[in-house]
Amino acid sequence: MDTLQLLQTIWFFLIGILFTGYSVLDGFDLGIGTLLPFMAKDKKETATLLTSIGPVWDGNEVWIITAGGALFAAFPHVYATVFSGFYLALMLVLFGLIFRAVSLEFWSMDEARRGLWEWSFSLGSFLPALLFGVALGNVIAGVPLNDKMEFTGDFFTLLRPFPLMLGLLGLSAILLQGCTYAILKTDGLLQNKFRRVSKWVWAAFACFGVLSLMLSAVYLPDSMKNPLAWICTAALVVFLVLNRIWLNKKNDAVPFIMSTLSFASLWGIAGSLQFPNLVRALQGSDLHLTIYNSSSTELTLTVMLIIALTGMPLVIGFTIYVYRIFKGKVKL
Amino acid sequence: MDPVMLSRIQFGLAAGFHFIFPPLTFGLTLIILIFETRYLIGDNDLYKKISTFLIKILGLIFAMGVATGIVLEFSFGTNWSNYSRIVGDIFGSPLAAEGIFSFFMESVFLGVLIFGRKAVSKRVYWTAALLVFFASHLSGLWIIIANSWMQTPAGFKIEGGRAVLTDFFAAMFNDSTLIRFLHTAIAGWITGSLFTAGIASWLILKKRDMDTAKPLLSVSLWIFIATAILQFGAGHIHSVQVAKTQPPKMASFEALWESQAGAPMSIIGIPDPDAKKTHYELSIPKLLSILIHFDSNAKVQGLNEFGEDELPPIVITYLSYHGMILIGSLFALMAFMGLVLMSIKKLHESRWYLTILLAAIPLPFVSNTLGWMSAEIGRQPWAVYRVLRTAEAASVVVPAGQILFSIIMFSTIYILIFAVFLMLLFKIVQKGPDQITIGYVGE
Ligand code: HDD
Ligand code: HEM
Ligand code: HEM
Repeated sequence: MDTLQLLQTIWFFLIGILFTGYSVLDGFDLGIGTLLPFMAKDKKETATLLTSIGPVWDGNEVWIITAGGALFAAFPHVYATVFSGFYLALMLVLFGLIFRAVSLEFWSMDEARRGLWEWSFSLGSFLPALLFGVALGNVIAGVPLNDKMEFTGDFFTLLRPFPLMLGLLGLSAILLQGCTYAILKTDGLLQNKFRRVSKWVWAAFACFGVLSLMLSAVYLPDSMKNPLAWICTAALVVFLVLNRIWLNKKNDAVPFIMSTLSFASLWGIAGSLQFPNLVRALQGSDLHLTIYNSSSTELTLTVMLIIALTGMPLVIGFTIYVYRIFKGKVKL
Repeated sequence: MDPVMLSRIQFGLAAGFHFIFPPLTFGLTLIILIFETRYLIGDNDLYKKISTFLIKILGLIFAMGVATGIVLEFSFGTNWSNYSRIVGDIFGSPLAAEGIFSFFMESVFLGVLIFGRKAVSKRVYWTAALLVFFASHLSGLWIIIANSWMQTPAGFKIEGGRAVLTDFFAAMFNDSTLIRFLHTAIAGWITGSLFTAGIASWLILKKRDMDTAKPLLSVSLWIFIATAILQFGAGHIHSVQVAKTQPPKMASFEALWESQAGAPMSIIGIPDPDAKKTHYELSIPKLLSILIHFDSNAKVQGLNEFGEDELPPIVITYLSYHGMILIGSLFALMAFMGLVLMSIKKLHESRWYLTILLAAIPLPFVSNTLGWMSAEIGRQPWAVYRVLRTAEAASVVVPAGQILFSIIMFSTIYILIFAVFLMLLFKIVQKGPDQITIGYVGE
């Protein structure tokens, strides 16, 4: 392997880490956001839930901003193909993210329209929570591409059964993150409600997981021969089972940790299936966008690696720091 | 309509709307840092009250900045995918670096400012204010680096139809990066300080919250005076840089139809590209040559030296540039009046001047937008100056109808959330520093 290939491989992993970080961190505030109007019955409960994510949600969202920037810098063709090809779907994601970003502040100041901002926060969380999985499903299942790396399908190409199933799987994983984080940060009646709901969400996660596996066998027969993907699937099963056991034991923290590890296992599966492809072409493997044909140059990847190696420790340090300041149950 | 034109409209709208908020963030974080420093040293609760009030406003502005910024980040892929393919090797890095180095720091410590007054010590709280100030300016620097590379590209070569990085530092610190950052940062401090000066003036005019309004006015006004004057220098250096690195743009700024020695500087007028002259023009002889070359007889290149396919739309470029300078001159005048009133100790009694400060709050936003319009429209027809044409930068697979749909969607949302934003802003100001509390259930 020469230096360029090594760098391309490293960047495949780093971008995977950024997306995983995004999923597990923003996952819990997307999940709480989606469930907010259904779970919080009065102003105090809403305020408790919003305060549990208030100081951290934007830092969590920065993971996707950084992942997008890193994808742009390391694999510009992938960024270009996917973002322009999935145009309408991304516009819906942006629609959601815009409302999400303003709803928290608006809720806290606009007493007259609190209900509106709860629902807009919920919808704004739900759309990305669902659509990110659909997008990932398309990238894995493959999309029609031409020899200039351009997407040639349309909006409905994106809505095939396999990607939609991954959308639901992603959504249920995000909801589980949300529920388990809420269990960690609340107590009393509100916490009990989340304990109950998380079991339903858990069941949905498990069902969509099994269905996704079955659809993979149909649409992606090759994936059944991928040992790494099977290892990650086994890990997923173990973490999900542990999650359920500790949920039943009414533990506060372990379910969240197990949910996080389950989510990371999902990314492990996706990564093992994709490597070294980034976007598969339906027409066949010579049109795939891979880490080799869609990357930036060696110099750029090197500079970016230096940036990542200096920046990531800072990011992790800040993240740990802020979670420690606001640790424990929410106190209003 | 042509998809390229639609994408330009969409990007212009999205960027223009985003750029209402970052300059305010620049100015507010500076003023918050000043009051937090005074609180840390002096231990006077008055300063804490002022700072808390400003942090409440900052939280609202920050949310708007985030909501609108994400759209821009995605735009390069959604609407300018060819651009991303061709220059991604260079242009992606500053965007990624901005995320890693600045946005994380900014959002984490803003969280501490908004939610952590009771949870952390005074010293840590002050550090958070410092880091929010630092990180927001750093994020401005990264994005200005990206933009400046489009204006004055450097540190690359063209290979296999795309731009390839050859020298990272040359690309990042190209001919216009530092001066553009300085000019934009000063513009932000002007914007923020006039904003808070206007709010303080309003409180004084209403004879409310006098104990907090007076120190707020004094700090804001000093910053405004200093930056309004500094901006003349920074703007001048910026103009000289443009004249040297993008001569067709300077010729368009000034609507200088013919190359000439001892070129005049145009003050106002209406350029007419068909007749190739400027109607009702008022100009100062030889001044352009003096300003650019420090020599009253130096030659300045006119529009006649460049082909039609190298020139931006002249009228709008000329008008936006001159509009910005006009407003800048107005600021200098206001700064001077403020200095006089302070030195004769008549500031708080001069209701007419306080009213001007209040009424002038929107002006920096206008000049910010005009400044970007001159820089960006003046760069046309290039997306990356003399490297990549705008028409070749757009996405090829996105149908015009979808772009039109997204323009309508964004415009509707932006109008809606802007209306709510203004309403809540007025509400906070109405409450005033005496009654404001932060956190989600502070009332
Ligand atoms: C000179 C300053 C400046 C300029 C020209 C821009 N921005 Fe900006 N941006 C900021 C200064 C800033 C800021 C001050 O750092 C903001 C504003 C409010 C805030 O919270 O951070 C911000 C927020 C912000 C966010 C949200 C970050 C978060 O979630 O914390 C994104 C994704 C972007 N910007 C992206 C962009 C892009 C892609 C731009 C160009 C096309 C751009 N910005 C122009
Ligand atoms: C006082 C005289 C001023 C001069 C001579 C001046 C000069 C310039 C020039 C030459 C540019 C274009 C740079 C380019 O095209 O690459 C510019 C852009 C800009 N100006 Fe000004 N300016 C002045 C005042 C102001 C004021 C008062 C503000 C706002 C408060 C402002 C805000 C901006 C902004 C935001 C930009 C776009 C970013 C950039 O290219 O730097 N300017 N200015
Ligand atoms: C935030 C303040 C900014 C404002 C208000 C602004 C304004 C504009 C406007 C009005 C246009 C349309 C020009 C035309 O089509 O005639 C434009 C185009 C564009 N600008 Fe900016 N701009 C800003 C910042 C930036 C920055 C920081 C970047 C780069 C990171 C950038 C990149 C572009 C691109 C890619 C286009 C579209 C292609 C083009 O027309 O050249 N802009 N901008």
